[in-house]
Amino acid sequence: MKIPADLRYTKEHEWIKVEGGKGTIGITDFAQEQLGDVVFVEPPPAGAQLTQGQTMGVVESVKTVSDLYAPVSGAMTSANKELEAQPELVNQDPYGKGWLVEIEISDAGELDALMSAEKYAEFIREEAS
Amino acid sequence: MSHEDALKTTPLYKVHQELGARIVPFSGWQMPVQYSGVMQEHLCVRNAVGLFDVSHMGEIDIRGRDALKLVQKLITNDVAGMQDGSILYALMCYENGGVVDDLLVHRFAEDHYFFCVNAGNINKDFQWISGQARSMDVEASNISAETAQLAIQGQHAQSLLDKLSDAPLDSLKYYHFKKGKICSVDSIISRTGYTGEDGFEIYFDAGKAVAVFKKIMEAGEAFGIKPIGLGARDTLRLEMGYALYGHEITAETNPLEAGLGWVVKLKKEDDFIGKAAIQQKKDAGAKRRLVGVRFLERGVPRPHYPVLRQGAPVGEVTSGTFSPSLNCGVALCSVSSEHAAVGARLEVSVRDKRIPAEIVKLPFVPSRVKK
Repeated sequence: MKIPADLRYTKEHEWIKVEGGKGTIGITDFAQEQLGDVVFVEPPPAGAQLTQGQTMGVVESVKTVSDLYAPVSGAMTSANKELEAQPELVNQDPYGKGWLVEIEISDAGELDALMSAEKYAEFIREEAS
Repeated sequence: MSHEDALKTTPLYKVHQELGARIVPFSGWQMPVQYSGVMQEHLCVRNAVGLFDVSHMGEIDIRGRDALKLVQKLITNDVAGMQDGSILYALMCYENGGVVDDLLVHRFAEDHYFFCVNAGNINKDFQWISGQARSMDVEASNISAETAQLAIQGQHAQSLLDKLSDAPLDSLKYYHFKKGKICSVDSIISRTGYTGEDGFEIYFDAGKAVAVFKKIMEAGEAFGIKPIGLGARDTLRLEMGYALYGHEITAETNPLEAGLGWVVKLKKEDDFIGKAAIQQKKDAGAKRRLVGVRFLERGVPRPHYPVLRQGAPVGEVTSGTFSPSLNCGVALCSVSSEHAAVGARLEVSVRDKRIPAEIVKLPFVPSRVKK
């Protein structure tokens, strides 16, 4: 179970990588394993304003539709176009090629509400029990 | 927690766990939905061979002087022409034409039959059958608990099972069965399946389930076998346009509206339960039809998503998924008859979007059963 140390995590199993005022968002290794084969990703429309904790599109596996939730607020700048032809990248490389959206973070303070890698590892350990 | 409410397990539950299966509740049972992944498992059945634990399904034995009479009364299809060792796909209906269950009828002899019924309907079906059997010289037994069932499906199924069978299976024709031994265990071996590939379903003593399953997996290694979960079972049957109880057929659906008119023999000499209601529906013209729908743009259809024609609602999805073989969304939809022609352009509402789709002929993927 991969949980990179340099990312922040949400209770809905999204991760965010922060570089300056920009964030890259995806779903965790735990999430992609739970979902199974991803067959379709529907990100928010271009230019969407995301709000922390609110839904931002869906990820679909063969068996389920799973809502995505914005880890922090901000303006979406791009969605991963590779996922249109290759949604399986989310399973194969959830922290790399399987990234979902990029945003301009509007309030860096919101990051404090997210979990560190350590806390997330504990969180999923508890969820599984 | 009452024992009746607790989820049931098949004799292979531990084996599934050992194989790393994701176990989910299905029709009152704890079943493997996937092992390595739905897509992989699906393609393994289409390209090689797969092994399914379907022991959750029900088996009901019917024998006695009035067995033929009872079966004819219960099912819409006609067993009169059946030979010993043949199998018929059939429906049991209520008086009003709604469906009790879909099932496979195996004929051992004129006075001895064996039904394979859906897992979620075992008790309901057995009560229904027993009720109809009252005052007849016939005995119906629910042998589900002591019977294990495995399905071996894919182009290598025969080559694989020949290695484990006491007699070659080449002469066993589609929708026929025989008694034999698989891994030295007495089995009913039938050339049937729910995948559209050549394959077999075997029924045998539940106490031998683990041993037989493991032996098939071992011998199957040379053929690229994988264990297959219910997730792929669903995508495989959907690609073939096969009905699933609770989706295409329910107590509220008439067979004519579910694409199953071919399973109803209205000209059958014997009366059967639901005959009058179905005949009436036929005379009036069925208002709805079941059609195959293929997405023209990316998206995944799911049950109950609305189906539209030029913006107006014309029906809904009964079953939908992403087809691993075709790489697009496919669905079975119940639509009003005037919009049910092959080639018709429709839209399926997926959340707030309308995805263009078209009605295509079934099956979505060519059948490769050994006719």
